[in-house]
Amino acid sequence: MQTENYTIRKASLEKLFNNLVEKGKTVYAPKAKGKVVLFENVERFDEITEDYIVTTNSAKSVVFPRVEEVFSYKKTKEKTEISDASANSFPDVVLWGSRPCDAAAFIPLTNTFNRDYTDIIYNKRFEKILILTFSCSKCDEYCFCTSVNSGTGNTAGSDILFTKLSTGDFLAEVITEKGKLLVEENSSLFEAKPAESKEQNLANVKTYFNHEEVQSKLQNLFENPVWDEKSRACLGCGSCAFVCPVCSCFDIQDESHGGNGSRLRCWDSCGFSLFTLHTSGHNPRETQGARWRQRILHKFLYMPDQSKVAGCVGCGRCSRACPADINILDTVTSL
Amino acid sequence: MSNPNIYIPYLMRIEKIILEAPGVKTFRLKFENEQEADEFNFKAGQFGEYSIVGVGESTFCIASSPTRKGYIECTFRQTGRVTNALASAEEGDVIGFRGPYGNTFPIDEWKGKNLLFIAGGIALPPMRCVIWNALDLRENFKDITIIYGARTVADLVYKHELEEWGNRPDVKLITTVDPGGETPDWKGEVGFVPSVLEKAAPSAENTIAIVCGPPIMIKFTFPVLEKLGFTDENIYTTLENRMKCGFGKCGRCNVGEKYVCLDGPVFTNVQLKELPAEY
Repeated sequence: MQTENYTIRKASLEKLFNNLVEKGKTVYAPKAKGKVVLFENVERFDEITEDYIVTTNSAKSVVFPRVEEVFSYKKTKEKTEISDASANSFPDVVLWGSRPCDAAAFIPLTNTFNRDYTDIIYNKRFEKILILTFSCSKCDEYCFCTSVNSGTGNTAGSDILFTKLSTGDFLAEVITEKGKLLVEENSSLFEAKPAESKEQNLANVKTYFNHEEVQSKLQNLFENPVWDEKSRACLGCGSCAFVCPVCSCFDIQDESHGGNGSRLRCWDSCGFSLFTLHTSGHNPRETQGARWRQRILHKFLYMPDQSKVAGCVGCGRCSRACPADINILDTVTSL
Repeated sequence: MSNPNIYIPYLMRIEKIILEAPGVKTFRLKFENEQEADEFNFKAGQFGEYSIVGVGESTFCIASSPTRKGYIECTFRQTGRVTNALASAEEGDVIGFRGPYGNTFPIDEWKGKNLLFIAGGIALPPMRCVIWNALDLRENFKDITIIYGARTVADLVYKHELEEWGNRPDVKLITTVDPGGETPDWKGEVGFVPSVLEKAAPSAENTIAIVCGPPIMIKFTFPVLEKLGFTDENIYTTLENRMKCGFGKCGRCNVGEKYVCLDGPVFTNVQLKELPAEY
């Protein structure tokens, strides 16, 4: 659909939030917790913070929870019964306060869960989320969205994009039918579009590299000292993958309590040494350097080549979260 | 109809268990649900996820031929948590199976050709599926040669079938065991698979070579095949990367731009040479 623009006043934004909560929606929004800001389930508008560049955790867990039951079972000596978890009802979720990078990340994530085989649980969750993104008026040295073909006011992946204007009111860009429906249900809160332009209210993120150039360089860099050099400090902790909004590698594990239990799809990381280990003891990616290479190549070469989607949205979370201060931007710009 | 939730396994009853070698068992599995049995189809080379609910899943090929209807078979070695749980299952027990996944050996394209099968140890199961498929359509192929080696005589799997293949006039079977692995009454060769292959020197003319074995066997077998005149496009193998999902999402079997579970497990040597050495 064609984007529709409106103005929404700060006070109306709070009303919009309250209307959503009253309608029984589960709202995830940035909430300050000590020194970090996390996407958490909030019930009151004043729980939400505006003071964040990006949250520490990504918003992917609303569609791809850290642990997802794929089925449960009851087992006796005579019989095994399986209950399909995709038949469960999934909550109506509003993601409030995502950044353009968070919203953009749903594109590669959704692609992964639909490529060749459709993951019905992911899709059922995805159908029920409404993505209300807020443009970035601030950035830091870890942000590089503009290098991966995105930007601080990009609309891709969002249902509505709000941009704070100099007046304190917000420009609302309605991007999808889901967003349009929300406006229709709350029409009294949305006013005529503002005169002020969006661009002057956006943070200016430096462009560090050209994505296509990196993609093309990586074709011939499989054997290169850069992978060992840049990953020497890596602890293999997997933090980078857990905070990444695009990373979707998972493990499948069973949990049992007597004759009952469930099979679970759990987050995993290509940075873990056990990730590719064969039962025989053979490990195709034996060194941390090989694992770091996989992380970069998967995001910047394999995903764009296979599916025409970038595997990185430039949010910088991995670099902020790394306990060894490994910076993805440093690796990519040194190629 | 198979479940739209791709994580849900078929329930399969273990109809028969065969102890093949120390720690190696074959299960013959039948669908609990008849409709699922009718609708199920697979081709030679494909694999699945076998599971005990409450313990977990493990990846093995389907070791029976698609020409044998009504059941599937798998052969596995007890090595980890899931395979140990599977090994303690008994005839009549129900286990889970998801699949079939992956690509297939292009057996239809091999009509009129000689087939040379080369396998080592526990890697005969993925090949047994193709061997029986070819033998059940015997008139479609010219010479069929099977070279199979294991560390010891006890480690050879499918002993009854080896005997059957050895007795068939339309199959040339060469079995071998590693030096020191022979028994006093062993009638096969003694030596490693690559050297036994070199000695047998099968003709590369109009021949497809299918090679499955441990990485060390593959490493020394390919140069021999090359010496015998086999070209890369006529050499097939399967990769056995660690997998969890089997459908291209969990990320484990990603090698370069390929996923072994989607683009493999069957690769020609041409394709293998295009992959980074990460398998």
